[in-house]
Amino acid sequence: MSNPSIGAQVRANACPPDAIPLNCRQALARGPRLLLTSSWPWRSFGYLFCGALVALPVAGGVTNGLFFIKSLPGYAELMVVLLLTVLIAMPVAAVERFRLRMVDTEPVGNPHVTPGEPGLRAWLWLRVGEAATWREFGYAIAWTSLLPLIDLSGVLLVGVVVILVLAPFVEPLVDLGPLVILGFWHVSTPLDKGLVVLLGLALLPLAAYLVTVLAVGRASFVRLLLAPRESELVARVQALTRSRIRLADAFEAERRRIERDLHDGAQQRLVGLIMTLGVVEHEFAQEQSDRAELVANARKQAEGVLAELRELIHGIHPQLLTARGVAAAVAEVADRSPVPVDVDITIAQRLVPAVESVAYFAVKEGLANVVKHSRARAARVTGRQERDHLVLRVVDDGVGGARPEGGSGLQGLADRVAVVGGRLKLLSPPGGPTELVVELPWRTVNSASCSPRTTSCCEKDSSNC
Amino acid sequence: MANSQFRIVLAEDDVLLREGLVQLLKRFGHEVVAAVDDSRGLSEAVEMYRPDIVVTDVRMPPDFNDDGLRAAMCLRGRYPALAVLVLTQYAATAYACELLESGEHSGGGLGYLLKDRIGAVAEFLAAIERVGTGGTVIDQEVVWQLLRRRQMNEPLSRLSPRERGVLALMAEGKTNAVIAAALNVSQPTVAKNIGSIFLKFGLSEDDGHRRVLAVLTYLRSSP
Repeated sequence: MSNPSIGAQVRANACPPDAIPLNCRQALARGPRLLLTSSWPWRSFGYLFCGALVALPVAGGVTNGLFFIKSLPGYAELMVVLLLTVLIAMPVAAVERFRLRMVDTEPVGNPHVTPGEPGLRAWLWLRVGEAATWREFGYAIAWTSLLPLIDLSGVLLVGVVVILVLAPFVEPLVDLGPLVILGFWHVSTPLDKGLVVLLGLALLPLAAYLVTVLAVGRASFVRLLLAPRESELVARVQALTRSRIRLADAFEAERRRIERDLHDGAQQRLVGLIMTLGVVEHEFAQEQSDRAELVANARKQAEGVLAELRELIHGIHPQLLTARGVAAAVAEVADRSPVPVDVDITIAQRLVPAVESVAYFAVKEGLANVVKHSRARAARVTGRQERDHLVLRVVDDGVGGARPEGGSGLQGLADRVAVVGGRLKLLSPPGGPTELVVELPWRTVNSASCSPRTTSCCEKDSSNC
Repeated sequence: MANSQFRIVLAEDDVLLREGLVQLLKRFGHEVVAAVDDSRGLSEAVEMYRPDIVVTDVRMPPDFNDDGLRAAMCLRGRYPALAVLVLTQYAATAYACELLESGEHSGGGLGYLLKDRIGAVAEFLAAIERVGTGGTVIDQEVVWQLLRRRQMNEPLSRLSPRERGVLALMAEGKTNAVIAAALNVSQPTVAKNIGSIFLKFGLSEDDGHRRVLAVLTYLRSSP
């Protein structure tokens, strides 16, 4: 499945020379001069400093062992350490992914898949089975052993240089004893101190450069282990697609439920009321009073409400669509259209309800637009299976010039089509003709309960006769 | 009201509505031999009682789809003399046409009415009467939909607007007198119009129930 969103998330390391660097690796590639005038060395130092600040005590604690661990036999000690590593692996990884923004402005996504079902067990099984979890575990081990060394060396490097530069100025304030001893060189005279400061200043760019290199290395390591792999991104997109389809199906089921509830509830009650009023009216009609007229009025009002309710329910989900499928339901829409519409839809099988619903509402919206905007004298609706898609076309002979961004109706329609994985095209040159093309994935129903009903049911459905 | 009494089987899944209909029909002298709540019960009741008329809803158990309509069409296939009146919430021309076509070779009356019409008691009873005596009653809503669809189609295009109007009312099951009153013309004019409709549709007197045939032609003229 080719999805543009994946392509966007795969990061590009190559960076055009004049573009603003997005991370310290790109900054490094632009050469020392540009690097040193940018904020990236500072960010790199901050990154390493924070890492050292947090990781050192943890690394120290884990490697030296806590008191109670020390009292355990060797293998038990190892087990406890491993267990602790497992426990900290995921939160550490989460923090590290977040922290990476200090040296890399492009956020790192979460490589974990969201569990499909609730409960700790499902979550646990999913995590244990994921490669991402084990990479995080590996990272956690490095985090308590190797990485503090990198962080620390960066911090020390900068620290030494800073001390070289600052020490002569600090010395008069604090008694540090003999200030700096470099090999055989005892720094004591003002000249020596000046030389030390100059040395420090000379080393500063080098330190900045090296700190950035260290940060790049560390950040690359974090990306390598903690960023989602392409296969994981694909899996996520697939999971999202599936959940979107489930959502569309759920909406469809909800529409049907509302339609059914209104039909079986309010509509039937109203019919009952109308019937009762009718009988009363009939009784009164015999006794020559104006009461019959009053009741007749009440009945007509109730009939008006019923007619409105019928239209409303039809708009939510037409019964004919459920019973006879897209072709019949669209033919019905065409019947109601003030612009003559020729319908030619050939669909051999019943499609899944969500697709049928989108197909129906797409054509309905298309025809509504024909009536509203096109000034067409006639329209034509065709529907065919083309490879694995149902392709519906609404063509009119109107003035054309329709634009998708023009109406919220079309935008909403495009969204609805996209939800079931379809596409919508609008071809409308000025002067016409306008053609609306809706492509929907051909997903058929295979459960018996929703099998297609045909007009001549008697042969097929003999159980019903 | 000229009141023939019919033996009726009623199928409607809503309890209150079913009871109400039973009361209504009984009140005006008809005999409701069975009132059932699903399509299977309907088939069994017709089997058992051989009624004059079946009055049925479209949507009912077990599938809550178009079970009632399909059951009615099947029954008509089996008992050609059986009259069927479908009461529905759906002004669907597709359903009405399927129902009419199912009755092509049977003599029994046919009706497709919106449930709203029950309220106009006299008209509803008249519809029962017409269906019971072999006539055809199609809801005006459906008829107007069809009329709009067929306006530009053969053989309807041969008719004048007045004739089309007469035919529409005829499809609803109206008598010449009612049609005359509705269109504000004299009865002989209506009769003349109807004669000319038959002529344009090529229906001779030997064709039997020419009114129904005309209505069928009207409904079936393919787009």
